[in-house]
Amino acid sequence: MSSASTTTRDRVRDGLGQDADRPDGTPKVTGGFAFSSDLHARGMLWGRTLRSPHPSARIVSIDTSAAEAMAGVTTVVTAADVPGKATYGLEHADQPVFASEVVRYQGEPIAAVAAEHPELAVRALEAIEVEYEVLDPVTDPEHAMAAAAPIHPDGNVVRHLPLRHGDVEATGEVVVEGTYEVGMQDQAFMGPESGLAIPADDGGVELYMSTQWLHVDRDQVAACLALPPDQVRMTLAGVGGAFGAREDVSLQVHVCLLALRTGRPVKMLYSREESFFGHVHRHPARMWFRHHADRDGQLVKVEARLVLDGGAYASTSSAVIANAVCFAGGPYRVPNAQIHGYAVRTNNPPCGAMRGFGVVQACYGHESQMDKLADALGMDPVELRLKNALKPGDTLLTGQVITGTAPVREVIEAAVAHPLPPEPSDDDPALALPGGAGLTAERGDVRRGVGFGVSIKNLMFSEGFDDYSTAGVLLELDGHGQAIATVHCASAEVGQGFVTLAQQITRERLGVDQVMLRPADTAIGSAGSSSASRQTWMSGGAVELACDAVREALFERAVARRDLALDDADHPLFDLRDGHVVEAGGSASIPLVDLLAEGPIERIEVHRHAPTDPLDEDGQGNAHVSFAFAAHRAVVDVDPDLGLIRVVQIATGQDVGRALNPRAVVGQIEGGIAQGVGLAVMEEIVIEDGKVRNPSFTDYLIPTALDMPEVLATVIEQPEPGAPFGAKGVGEPPTISSTPAVAAAVRAATGLALPRVPIHPEDIALTPARDG
Amino acid sequence: MPIDRPTDLDAALASLSDVPSAHLLAGGTDAMVEITFDQRRPEHIVALRRIPELRGYRVDDDELTFGAMLTYTQVERELASTAPGLAMAARTVGSPQIRNTGTIGGNLGTASPAGDTLPWLLALDARVELRSVRGSRELSLADFVTGPKRTAREPDELITAVRVPRVEGPQHVAKLGPRNAMVISVAMAAVIVDTTNRRVRAAFGSVGPRPIRASDAEQQVSDAIDWDALTCPDDAIVHFADACAEASQPISDHRSTADYRRHAVAVLAARSLRRCLAA
Repeated sequence: MSSASTTTRDRVRDGLGQDADRPDGTPKVTGGFAFSSDLHARGMLWGRTLRSPHPSARIVSIDTSAAEAMAGVTTVVTAADVPGKATYGLEHADQPVFASEVVRYQGEPIAAVAAEHPELAVRALEAIEVEYEVLDPVTDPEHAMAAAAPIHPDGNVVRHLPLRHGDVEATGEVVVEGTYEVGMQDQAFMGPESGLAIPADDGGVELYMSTQWLHVDRDQVAACLALPPDQVRMTLAGVGGAFGAREDVSLQVHVCLLALRTGRPVKMLYSREESFFGHVHRHPARMWFRHHADRDGQLVKVEARLVLDGGAYASTSSAVIANAVCFAGGPYRVPNAQIHGYAVRTNNPPCGAMRGFGVVQACYGHESQMDKLADALGMDPVELRLKNALKPGDTLLTGQVITGTAPVREVIEAAVAHPLPPEPSDDDPALALPGGAGLTAERGDVRRGVGFGVSIKNLMFSEGFDDYSTAGVLLELDGHGQAIATVHCASAEVGQGFVTLAQQITRERLGVDQVMLRPADTAIGSAGSSSASRQTWMSGGAVELACDAVREALFERAVARRDLALDDADHPLFDLRDGHVVEAGGSASIPLVDLLAEGPIERIEVHRHAPTDPLDEDGQGNAHVSFAFAAHRAVVDVDPDLGLIRVVQIATGQDVGRALNPRAVVGQIEGGIAQGVGLAVMEEIVIEDGKVRNPSFTDYLIPTALDMPEVLATVIEQPEPGAPFGAKGVGEPPTISSTPAVAAAVRAATGLALPRVPIHPEDIALTPARDG
Repeated sequence: MPIDRPTDLDAALASLSDVPSAHLLAGGTDAMVEITFDQRRPEHIVALRRIPELRGYRVDDDELTFGAMLTYTQVERELASTAPGLAMAARTVGSPQIRNTGTIGGNLGTASPAGDTLPWLLALDARVELRSVRGSRELSLADFVTGPKRTAREPDELITAVRVPRVEGPQHVAKLGPRNAMVISVAMAAVIVDTTNRRVRAAFGSVGPRPIRASDAEQQVSDAIDWDALTCPDDAIVHFADACAEASQPISDHRSTADYRRHAVAVLAARSLRRCLAA
């Protein structure tokens, strides 16, 4: 890239490509970091939400008088008190701020209270009398699609997306078919939803909130409060993980409404239990696939019917089902396809964004099918995948031609090249066996299996969405006369490391050591969501543009000083090096601080990715920007008699474009694999008749250190054309194909079909082994 | 909410006598969760951590006595050779932080069907010592735990200790859960090959409303074991496993199914016994 020739990469401390430390790393480890749950304002009240205990009911009456009469209870609000729009939503504003006539899922907000003490707020909730006429919930998506009376006026099918590609009548000599299910996974972030709203003198409100996308929150809050957007001023508060769960509005409208009603600061903080009802989850899926191939293993056609349960409200279901459909073929050349995707409304908890966003479900299906196909062909599963691996210039199921990098072969080969773990031995520590600390097995009870998974994931927003980010960079002299840069960007730091990257980019482009970050807020334009693996590309690109505009301004000052002609071709005559603007000839240089003595330089720039198109009625179109690929090889030990699993090792190759902070990339890979392993072997929100049975970390299990495998990672660096610094997003791919890899390994160890994840112990222990 | 923090046993018993409705706070690993979830709103608390009489353990020739405030970490570290099965059970409790604060007395007082130390204690015919200003009494664990999270403790009584006979012979405790650590058991087994009394002892957790003793299974397999060689015919082990499963009374809930739990009892019983005999 051209930037490489004009930057000073070798000289910049903690520049791009280096393992720069996180600016928030030490405070997070030592406990000094302020998460949104730590927020406090003088004289603040505590807000709490009353939620429906029923997944489906008609509200006959709501009586808040007893609660309002309680000493120390400042206000109680219901739907009648919402001054603006009654509903909100990311894609369709179909979700009421408070339910007033019907409730459509267990946990739907009915009212909110503000009180002097959190405990008082709890008691006030108990004093609100709601009379319900309880209805039978519709919990099966197939039934919901066929239901005569829809759950919601917008209908029960949020989106039906058909995809027809090539010759839909084509058939292959070898055909394999399967039906697969994925359970409801939770993002399980550590920091529950929390925010602090402070009423402002101008009639507006300041909201400090842990979220993924400040501006989309602001716009929804402003609409519901009937305020102009500039009277809702949001600042990002410390985020304790997100993974998609903070993309939808949770308590934002409620807390602002309470603050405006009371004229006092109000804080809301969900308990862990409430958090399970307060955010969307990963869509459960039922998926049917039929794969056709020729005798040599070349894929001929993929047929699929994918049904995602979106729960009671739309959230991002339309985009999630699009991802599932577009990538139902996997990272393979598939000339013909016929796919139907449905995102369906039920009385189950609403589902929306989670790391991998629809591709996770599809990938579990298509990778299970690839193993089945390899089996039918008598072919090695890795060989089958390599034979069909996409490469640049190939066409996707959507008809889109891959114009960027597509190192599918490389990621597979890198995953497979890692050494396998040592053979099991009687000397292995007891804790390393399935069952771990429970000492349920000895080595002789355990069988080992190996499995593979490969994935493709679109980066950034698709289907014609106007996706952009804004960043400002201020370069000035500090109190000691040293150059200091300050970056301003609304990109939500949710743990992914954008704060580190923004500093690295700025150091690199401006050659200054000191880079400060302003809080992310709505005083600057939108940065878009911290989702879809997009912030490195989008906001990293915006920071780069802003830095380059500052450089430009510096060069102009240098030109003015030296009375030189400005060269229009990107100032090849100048460079920034060692705190100096240097002439290309090398003879003359001007200290940066001298140029900054003329005054600070600030530039704000907007960065857009290349435009995309909507999908047509056949699901065809250039709907996506760029693609990232990953391959995973999982090694598991299984205790078949008890059905317990220990994932021993995951080896991976991942397409990252360029690793801008290798340590942070590996961090994303390890964390993503933890969530992929979790979905494979334990993580599931258990729902019965629309009710969540395990809303706690006692019963919603996520992997512990003892469940986390050794991870061997190779990053494949092929700079992506059009991407800032050539870097692809890296957050989602590790989660996607690690799940089918683990499932395949468990199948290999047990000989069972295991058509559903997570695999529960009884699925193994109580299922008779397959014949042969 | 008043909190009494007595520094000796008599003061604790006096507090409890004054306010029998007081909630007893040992390690807080159950109480604090219940309070956080608003499932319990104690009007009065008697905190037990400052009472030295409850903290220790005693190893006699024929008996082991565990103070109610003995923590899982202490058991794990200090009693691994004296009470190996109890140490294995203690090691399975929660995280290190939980084990540092959680106590045997608390495990007994909560009397959860999933209480991790209870199967081992039941297998050894443990006796629970209860004291009040009215005096003291001892109950067998079987009589003490009357149902799920229900005990025979009177409101003014304090669990002060639990006693088990000291027996020779190998023991094994296995805890089954869908995660490799920090998990509530789906089934738990404690098997002790008591060479002192030439009998196998076996008890199970999480597979009934109370910890379950498999007495018939114990009797049959004890008769089948060659006590001099410490061997057992394979069919007798299989029979023992089936009889243990038969004795269990599992339910289906959001954590597992009755069928799986019953199956797991058989597997854990057979494996635990085989491990003991191979030791």
